[in-house]
Amino acid sequence: MSISTLRIVWLYPDLLSTYGDRGNLLVLAHRARARGIDVEPMQIRSDQHVPHGADLYLIGGGEDGPQAVAAERLLDDGALGKAAEAGKPVLAICAGYQLLGESFYANGRCYPGLGILDLRSDRGESRAVGEIAGEGAPQLGIGPITGFENHGGRTHLGEAVQPLARVSAGIGNDGATEGAWAGHVIGTYMHGPALARNPRLADLLLSWAVGVAPASLPPIDDTWPERLRSERFAALTPE
Amino acid sequence: MSANLPPRAKFATALLRTAAALSRATGRGDGSVIGGRVGLIVEPRLLELLADGRHVVLISGTNGKTTTTRFTTAALEAIGKVATNSFGANMPTGHTTALAKAPKATYAALECDEHYLGQLLDAAHPKVVALLNLSRDQLDRAMEVTALAAKWRQTLQVSAGQTTVVANADDPLIVWAASVCERVVWVAAGQNWTADSAICPNCGSHLDRFGEFWRCTNCGLNRPSPQWSVAHTGEAVVGPDGRRYELNLQLPGRVNRANAATALAIASLFGVEPAQAAPRLAEVASVAGRYAKVERDGRQLRLLLAKNPAGWLESFDMIEKDPPVVLSLNAREVDGFDTSWIYDVDFTSLAGRKVVVTGDRRTDLAVRLEVDRVDYIVVDDIRAAIAAVAPGPVEVVANYTAFQDIRAEFNRVN
Repeated sequence: MSISTLRIVWLYPDLLSTYGDRGNLLVLAHRARARGIDVEPMQIRSDQHVPHGADLYLIGGGEDGPQAVAAERLLDDGALGKAAEAGKPVLAICAGYQLLGESFYANGRCYPGLGILDLRSDRGESRAVGEIAGEGAPQLGIGPITGFENHGGRTHLGEAVQPLARVSAGIGNDGATEGAWAGHVIGTYMHGPALARNPRLADLLLSWAVGVAPASLPPIDDTWPERLRSERFAALTPE
Repeated sequence: MSANLPPRAKFATALLRTAAALSRATGRGDGSVIGGRVGLIVEPRLLELLADGRHVVLISGTNGKTTTTRFTTAALEAIGKVATNSFGANMPTGHTTALAKAPKATYAALECDEHYLGQLLDAAHPKVVALLNLSRDQLDRAMEVTALAAKWRQTLQVSAGQTTVVANADDPLIVWAASVCERVVWVAAGQNWTADSAICPNCGSHLDRFGEFWRCTNCGLNRPSPQWSVAHTGEAVVGPDGRRYELNLQLPGRVNRANAATALAIASLFGVEPAQAAPRLAEVASVAGRYAKVERDGRQLRLLLAKNPAGWLESFDMIEKDPPVVLSLNAREVDGFDTSWIYDVDFTSLAGRKVVVTGDRRTDLAVRLEVDRVDYIVVDDIRAAIAAVAPGPVEVVANYTAFQDIRAEFNRVN
């Protein structure tokens, strides 16, 4: 491996950590350590500078007020955009996903986003709450995705991004696609521990951070995550 | 009270009791909800009419409301009969039934669901409202927690009137909501879950914390000086004049000492001296199955209910150091369908002991424990869990419907 210690930055847990967002940090650290990679998790509050040169950046979900504040501070700070430009992997969830786009709605008005992803978010007619599933983007090799969503936004993708998945259950961006990716930046409405339920997505981010092909990460025992995936897919089928 | 009820309300009360009794007799639960529903259809103002003339306290918050209501009832029984919704039916139907079943009670201690506080304030005209804490709970079907605090603040501003509010000085969301009231008694009831109050509910700036004290760096919202607090040493409550009241509770944990402090503060507003009330709290051994001890095949199980991240952390704080732990997780409608919150709970304190997981969503728990490097075994139900541990004490932690399933296995132990 090309890195001895993997520095994973979890951005703004004071503002954006509503639905078990810590889970993604824990899963990445667990899966890295299982491969003998040391991990230095860094929790960066919204009154601290975003570190330059970390290996992986995470940002979670939250309510409208904190989302608007987070976007403003990240725009002022500038480091997240530069990290994404430099090819550092970024995983953004729900409110965090929306604010990576060109614009989003919160508190009844439109706010400028960071413009890292070519997408725009507005409000849906109803809240999307429940299990979400679909076929992951074939280029990413992540297989079918499974998660839980809870959001009022709808997201419209531009030409410079690809959907993370085609939706077969749930709403995601608009009922047809879910999430988005471009380069090493991934956004999704699957909240909380999305990576616990999608270990191949976790390994993809790790492989980008470490600078190797996903297939070259040593395999780890995914018996229970795979059982959890089967259970959640089975629960989608009407009885 | 019911002697003065108008004829229509008397008729509604009689029907309510019949419906509740029928429901119990046919094994559909304790009948509180269906009874109340029938009564309120016949007389929509039944709750208000039944509450009229009584001295009422409402108790609300995310965690601890059932236990605090039980403690408060025990304390108020020193001075008279108390109507209470001891079956945990904490919406207006349950409140109506509780009052209808206790026509002679001068006092009423009512546990209130967080979303019905406003309705109850208007209907029951309480003398006292106790606000315990607010933290994330059932997020897929309930309001996000800051929005709930805002709703309380607005409700209290409109409806609190002459009501005295007993509020937790350690929870910024509670302080913000209660600070619009004229009469507030502050209790240092603690907050071991701070993740929902890193920023100021009033202005969105950072809260600074200095030990127990907290303040907003921008708008000045800060921790009010508490009149009541849990003693730093031993198991006692310190009152407004600095006197110390020993508790000797049977219920475990610091969180129950905090619930006791709130109950003593409430009781004192009703004229019950803390020295008179405290021994009564010590008689409470379990609350609707919570903390109950049951025995099966040489295993002594203690049952702990924990519905959300704050509750799970509190229960890990209560459990004995060595016994095996059974964790049971469901995600049915009343639990919330979303299990993401288990990633807000730190399970690492369980490492090194025997952990058994069960419940509808045991697979979610297994994956969660693996991430925290806690060894576990997975079993189908509580019977299998008992068989999987050695004879001796066992700690059982379960969320709402998982807890009810386990209670059912033990004859609905109270």
